[in-house]
Amino acid sequence: MKDNTMNEPTDNVATNIEENAFSGQTVGTPLCDDAKMSMRNVNVFYDTKQAIHDVSLDIGKNEVVAMIGPSGCGKSTFLRCLNRMNDTIESCKVTGDIKLEELDIYHPKQDVVPLRARVGMVFQKPNPFPKSIYDNVAYGPRIHGLVNRKYDLDEIVESSLRRASLWDEVKDRLHSPGTGLSGGQQQRLCIARTIAVSPEVILMDEPCSALDPIATAKIEELIAELSQKFTIAIVTHSMQQAARVSHRTAYFHMGKLVEVNDTKRVFTNPEHELTEAYITGRFG
Amino acid sequence: MDTSMLITSAFVLMAIAFVIGRARSLAIASDLGGPKALNSLPVYYGTLMAMWSGIPCLVLVALWSVVDDYAIAHIITQELPEQVKALPETELNLVLSLITNIAANNAMGLDAEPYVINSANRLIALQQTSNMALTVVCLSTAMILMVLVWLKISPKMKARIKVEKAFTNILLLCASIAIFTTAGIVLSVLFESIRFFQSVPIHEFLFGLEWSPQMAIREDQVGGSGAFGAVPLFVGTMLISAIAMTIAVPAGLMAAIYLSEYARPKVRTTVKPLLEVLAGIPTVVYGFFAALTVAPFIKESGGLFGLDVSSESALAAGLVMGIMIIPFVSSLSDDVINAVPQSLRDGSLGLGATKSETIKQVVIPAALPGIVGGVLLAVSRAIGETMIVVMAAGLAANLTLNPTESVTTVTVQIVTLLVGDQEFNSPKTLSAFALGLVLFTITLALNYIALMVVKKYREQYE
Repeated sequence: MKDNTMNEPTDNVATNIEENAFSGQTVGTPLCDDAKMSMRNVNVFYDTKQAIHDVSLDIGKNEVVAMIGPSGCGKSTFLRCLNRMNDTIESCKVTGDIKLEELDIYHPKQDVVPLRARVGMVFQKPNPFPKSIYDNVAYGPRIHGLVNRKYDLDEIVESSLRRASLWDEVKDRLHSPGTGLSGGQQQRLCIARTIAVSPEVILMDEPCSALDPIATAKIEELIAELSQKFTIAIVTHSMQQAARVSHRTAYFHMGKLVEVNDTKRVFTNPEHELTEAYITGRFG
Repeated sequence: MDTSMLITSAFVLMAIAFVIGRARSLAIASDLGGPKALNSLPVYYGTLMAMWSGIPCLVLVALWSVVDDYAIAHIITQELPEQVKALPETELNLVLSLITNIAANNAMGLDAEPYVINSANRLIALQQTSNMALTVVCLSTAMILMVLVWLKISPKMKARIKVEKAFTNILLLCASIAIFTTAGIVLSVLFESIRFFQSVPIHEFLFGLEWSPQMAIREDQVGGSGAFGAVPLFVGTMLISAIAMTIAVPAGLMAAIYLSEYARPKVRTTVKPLLEVLAGIPTVVYGFFAALTVAPFIKESGGLFGLDVSSESALAAGLVMGIMIIPFVSSLSDDVINAVPQSLRDGSLGLGATKSETIKQVVIPAALPGIVGGVLLAVSRAIGETMIVVMAAGLAANLTLNPTESVTTVTVQIVTLLVGDQEFNSPKTLSAFALGLVLFTITLALNYIALMVVKKYREQYE
């Protein structure tokens, strides 16, 4: 688990800057008017260890927000709060408000099943089910009972695969196992699987870290297209990727949200010296 | 010196050799600037020397004791008077055993013929010579080799490599013991079965519908007509195994799902060992539990519904056997379910599937090959189980699929055929080997299939 290294200094430079310069107050524009998801004063604990400190952030409608930061800074943990994937970790506790439009997703009576149908997730490692390509994509629509007829299901599968720009590569072998695809194809299959349930928000947890550059380029292209229809939050290790795909970039440092600004601004003229230190490669 | 003394002294020599070899290497090294100048650590020189002095000596003792008796018997036979040598083999053997007896116990057989006494004395003399020779040869070999190694010890000698190579060979030897034993068992069963099939045709054995392994000892004996049709036994085995599996598979699988997916870590760490305790109960305990508690209970509750349940029923044996096998199924399934990557569960949960949907549609299908492997291993365990069936299912070889009747299984028949005094050449006894052979083939095939399935599963996720 990445978060175990949370409190260890990544680098001496980082610790010194942290001690001297970071007040805990996020700089830049973490909030926006047209928020699809809004997080206020979010804290996350693993047992007694605090992984996220008081983070407030908005993700606008049809916006791509990139979350960057050194390993163990809590960006993945934060992302997993947004569709309550952290519920699967017993020791994890979340406080604060997280809202999907007007829905309080951490409300005690909130069921995670409809929530996760609205907020889908793509994981770091491609994780197709050991089923056929068709069944992988049809999995979500089937469990949510979105369709009654085989014809409609076929159509959802085709349109999802098309939108994940995988259709042409797999249309002749829809019934062969999804695990037989290449890594990049598997990841696009997972994206197709996610968009098949028509979520409103897609969370991507380092979706390209296990892929080669060509497959990465395809996924990035895809993210740009998907942003026309979906709201996307993406965690990435690659600053270039964040610069290429996102509208706004959030820089996390040791569980705190240091800076949120337009991506262009973050990478050309960062407001906070920690952000600058990270993007110029002084640590991380 | 007798053999045990000899072996003891060989070990003493080895210990001495170790100390000397180690000291020698250190002595050489001290002139060259300490143990660092040596190719290997001093213990390796000691071990090498110990092995050279001990192992050839022990091997020699082993070989000698094998050859010894034959050689002496041969010499004695050659020296017997011509008219005795001309006797038929059986009588010659009698004479030889008389000689051996007299030699072993001098007071006996003083009234025996002079040539026997002579031979006995000769035998004692030969044995003494042989022992003496063995002692001398062994100890001198050990000493000579020790000296040779001592002379060869030098900083450049690659003692570690040699010792490790020798140990590799010793490990190989140990590994092959199990293989040779298995091969030996298979071959002996095979040859005895062939003898059986000479008196009972193989098709009659495999497809005959009646089992009553009584052979007439005298021609005019009543009720001595044997029937060796193994079908009732195999049907009985399958019936009981099937009952056992219908208990064990659902219960074991669901226990595994609960433990690996739902139980809190604390519950899991308590329940799992408890469940595995079931596997540690001796089968004989299950046996009397089945015979004294379960079987009467089934008989009575059958009576309530107007069913006539025999007091030894396939149902009782199958039920208890099923309970016995639960930990097998649950433990193996639990392992494969845990081996399903968490990322698959996350993927399914992330799409909004509930936990039970995830388990049913993703986890179990992904773990299925491993679960099947576990179940097949449990089946071969059920087929091979004996004690419970002896006690609870009875000995009557009824050809029936009715679980309330008394049936018998292959293993039970093997036990009853071989218990007590038996004539080794009769088809009755030999049929046990044939049954064993068929049973062995079946469980071997099942285990093989299980291993292949499990292997296929492993390849998929590593």
